[in-house]
Amino acid sequence: MNISPSLRRDFLTYALGYGLAIVLTGISFAFVFYRLLVPQAVFGVVLFLAVIQIVVHMRCFLHISLKQSARSDLQLILFSTLIIILMVGGTLIVVLDQNARMM
Amino acid sequence: MAGVTEPELRHAGLNLSDDPREVREHVESDVFGFWVFLMSDAVMFACLFAVYATVRHATAGGPTAADEFKFHSAIWETGLLLTSSFTYGMVSISMKHTRGRLWIAAFIVVTFCVGAGFLKMEAHDFVTMFHDGATPERSGYFSCFFVLVGMHGFHVFSGLVWMILMGIQLAVFGPDERTKVNLIRLGLFWHFLDVIWVVIFSVVYLQGLIR
Amino acid sequence: MTIWHILLGRLTWSSLAFVRAWRDPTLSELIGAAAAAIAVGGAVVLFGLLTYLRAWRYLWSEWLTSLDHKRIGIMYMVFAGVMLARALIEAVVIRTQQAIAINNQGIVGPEHFAELFSTHGTIMVFFVGMPLLIGLMNYVMPLQIGSRDVAFPYLNSISLWLTIGGGIMMMASLVVGKFSTGGWSGYPPYTELAFNGGVGPDYWIWSVSLSSLGALMTGINFAVTIYKFRAPGMTWMRLPLFTWTSLCTSILMIFAVPPLTIATLMLAADRYLGMHFFTNDLGGNMMNFVNLFWLFGHPEVYILILPPFGVYSEVVSAYSSKELYGYTSLVIATMAIAILSFTVWLHHFFTMGQSAPINAFFGIATMLIGIPTGVKIYDWIWTMFWGEVRLNTAMLFSIGFMVTFVIGGMSGIILATPPVDYMVHNTLFLIAHFHNMLIPGMLYGVIAGYYYWFPKAFGFRLSEKWGRRTFFCFFVGFYLAFMPLYVMGLGGVARRSQELFDPTLRPWTIVAEIGALLLFTGLACIFIQLYVSIKQRHQTRVPVGDPWDARGLEWSMSAPPPEYNFAVIPQVSRRDAFYWRKKYDGAYRPADHYRDIELPKNSMCGILVGMGLTACFFGFVWHIWWLAFLGFAVAFGTAVVRSFNRDVNRVIPAAEVAAHDRRWLDRAAAARPIPRHLELTPENEGLAKWQG
Repeated sequence: MNISPSLRRDFLTYALGYGLAIVLTGISFAFVFYRLLVPQAVFGVVLFLAVIQIVVHMRCFLHISLKQSARSDLQLILFSTLIIILMVGGTLIVVLDQNARMM
Repeated sequence: MAGVTEPELRHAGLNLSDDPREVREHVESDVFGFWVFLMSDAVMFACLFAVYATVRHATAGGPTAADEFKFHSAIWETGLLLTSSFTYGMVSISMKHTRGRLWIAAFIVVTFCVGAGFLKMEAHDFVTMFHDGATPERSGYFSCFFVLVGMHGFHVFSGLVWMILMGIQLAVFGPDERTKVNLIRLGLFWHFLDVIWVVIFSVVYLQGLIR
Repeated sequence: MTIWHILLGRLTWSSLAFVRAWRDPTLSELIGAAAAAIAVGGAVVLFGLLTYLRAWRYLWSEWLTSLDHKRIGIMYMVFAGVMLARALIEAVVIRTQQAIAINNQGIVGPEHFAELFSTHGTIMVFFVGMPLLIGLMNYVMPLQIGSRDVAFPYLNSISLWLTIGGGIMMMASLVVGKFSTGGWSGYPPYTELAFNGGVGPDYWIWSVSLSSLGALMTGINFAVTIYKFRAPGMTWMRLPLFTWTSLCTSILMIFAVPPLTIATLMLAADRYLGMHFFTNDLGGNMMNFVNLFWLFGHPEVYILILPPFGVYSEVVSAYSSKELYGYTSLVIATMAIAILSFTVWLHHFFTMGQSAPINAFFGIATMLIGIPTGVKIYDWIWTMFWGEVRLNTAMLFSIGFMVTFVIGGMSGIILATPPVDYMVHNTLFLIAHFHNMLIPGMLYGVIAGYYYWFPKAFGFRLSEKWGRRTFFCFFVGFYLAFMPLYVMGLGGVARRSQELFDPTLRPWTIVAEIGALLLFTGLACIFIQLYVSIKQRHQTRVPVGDPWDARGLEWSMSAPPPEYNFAVIPQVSRRDAFYWRKKYDGAYRPADHYRDIELPKNSMCGILVGMGLTACFFGFVWHIWWLAFLGFAVAFGTAVVRSFNRDVNRVIPAAEVAAHDRRWLDRAAAARPIPRHLELTPENEGLAKWQG
């Protein structure tokens, strides 16, 4: 396998993704393990880091970008995200409200 | 081939740079179809997460998340899954840049082993929890925990079975068009499971361990 | 654990409807046994007839194993027709019961009555509505976008057989065991083990799972087809409206089915593994089921209603001899409805205990859907305005739809107001409302589309006389059957009542009964229409393929179309491509040169996977674990073996394509162009005279 520039670039993409994922995961676990903040704030940080890590996975492993060729996949993912936000957000609001009123 | 200068990205994921145009169009729709399936699957997981969030305190006097979750196994499982994603990336790269099947097969074997290691750890976790009385029949919370995490585990298991099948196909047919398409799809599936796992370790394990 | 238990699981003699009726010959049980006898007898007669006609080989090699989207579409429609007959008969029994059972037991017992409304609802939604529409989309959509097939023909076949497998389970529940008594929505905790230990809810879970699996795959298949398989030049804003609605419906199927899958999976986990998702004890929460079910259930309503909107758009434009008015607004309205449908699910459970502001939000969101729907109604009216309107069967159904659907929409606005909903929820008012949406919104549309595209699919027209009779029965029948339900519902009569106690209701229930019988007559008329039309097909042949002077690409080929659809893939430069080709004299021209065409070979893998999973799920219902394992092994093994088959396509040589095309063109050259007002006469050979 002789190493061409495109091979190097492809490899670096995966390596970058892998490295970033490890680091982000490490930060998340560290925040929980060392109790760096109050519980709610820790959970906020964990969620925030999870969102960033999802973006990293999408970009580096799943190769979603703003390029024209990946546009239909990007549209699909954004639409799915919208639906997921509607469903999960709606479920949480509705069912947690019902739970609260049962108390 | 004329197009070796800049392999045009026609679908997301690593493309096959040396295919004739017509084949590539088929590859494009085949891969897009799999993307659509993955998004549908993502919605399914999203519903599971939503239900999980609503039953977080429904432990019915039984064990709680904080009692049962082990910090270290969560870390190791995450590490294994991330590593397997990276090694599958090497499968995609070998498929794109080499003509032989050897590198592809080698990285599939590595990915399979790491993935199997993940499953073994998860199974071990489940068994310990069962011994502690944290079973799915114990409470609504643990029903949901086992279905959610188990569903991810089942997906990983399916991925492993798929890898075996792809290994056989690679041996029988070599990297022909259909094998390549299926390897691309398997790659999307595998990386997608990683994304789901990111949400699982954040929302399930870490949230359960926050004190 | 006896050997019988291992072999047959929970099956016993008294599972059989006949045995139950023999041991306990009440009227209710006898009716159940008669229904079972019809199911078994129908199967036996069909089997015998096929054997007598020696049609098995033909049926197997030309239809059951076919991967051609047109044949799969037709099989979907035939299957849905059979299921429609059953569910409509059940509706008649339900109405008869309520007409008779005022202060007496009536003809069916409470348990049996509950089974009837559960199967009626489940079948009508999952095994009539969805298959009818998927069938229409399967047939028409690839033709409209200039494609040779759908994106994944093999997957298409699997979807078909999964859906049919679900139907077979529904039919089996007539003969062995009892179906769920929990309604089509199957709310726990009533459907949990604690209250329903029998096989009923399991039948519901697994037959719905088969259907939803099929629908999900179809959604993926169609969405990819429309995204990636359009003819060159067929840009988004040139798509026919029916294709647009097919796309939106596919997207709804892709994203709305997963919540249902999760809800049924969790219910199954409760029932089979003793978990506590929706139980009363140990932290179960049944509101999660209700929430998940309607996350699916509301988009489902639009899965059923959007494709008919597309049909109406095509039909009204063609039979008004005009371009569709407000194309852009119709597209935007379709997309708006599709998105909004994900934001209103809570209006199905306004009364279940959430705070008033949440109810208010969902009430307003619900009313918002009225806006794009209203836009559509106006667009269709303006399409007819100053057009040369031909009031044939399809147009009658379209106009009947517009009037009736608006009434249903109004009652929907009433129900969308939470305080009012507290008054009328769970009454017959609700039943009247959603039948008022679904019968015109779904059934009328399918019949209009059936009449409109039938000549394309089979090469001859349907009888107009029987079409009008069908319309009369379905139109008048609907009003008679459901307007009384509005009145009774406002009076407070609960839905799903096996017995009523107020004698003053009798006039209303009798009118509703007459309406139900009229609707049933309408269905009979459809079958008679088919029979009569086949008998007189020699006078109604339209081989050239454009009997209605229509506008879309699907009319630009022979009727019935060749299996590869288009001899050469058309180049599209405007909306209503075929209309402009006719105008500039580009229609009925030979291609410059023909090419070999590659098509998928027939495959029995679809039927094996579908029937394998059906056997697996049937094993789950009855706890026959070896059958479940075997069925799964067959399905999985077939899929694996198929993936090792590289020889899946066959080639039709260019010479054959050219010869077929030439024969068709000669036919067109010999045919006499027919002006629109003569299109129902025997002179119509499918070549329309140019009239601008």
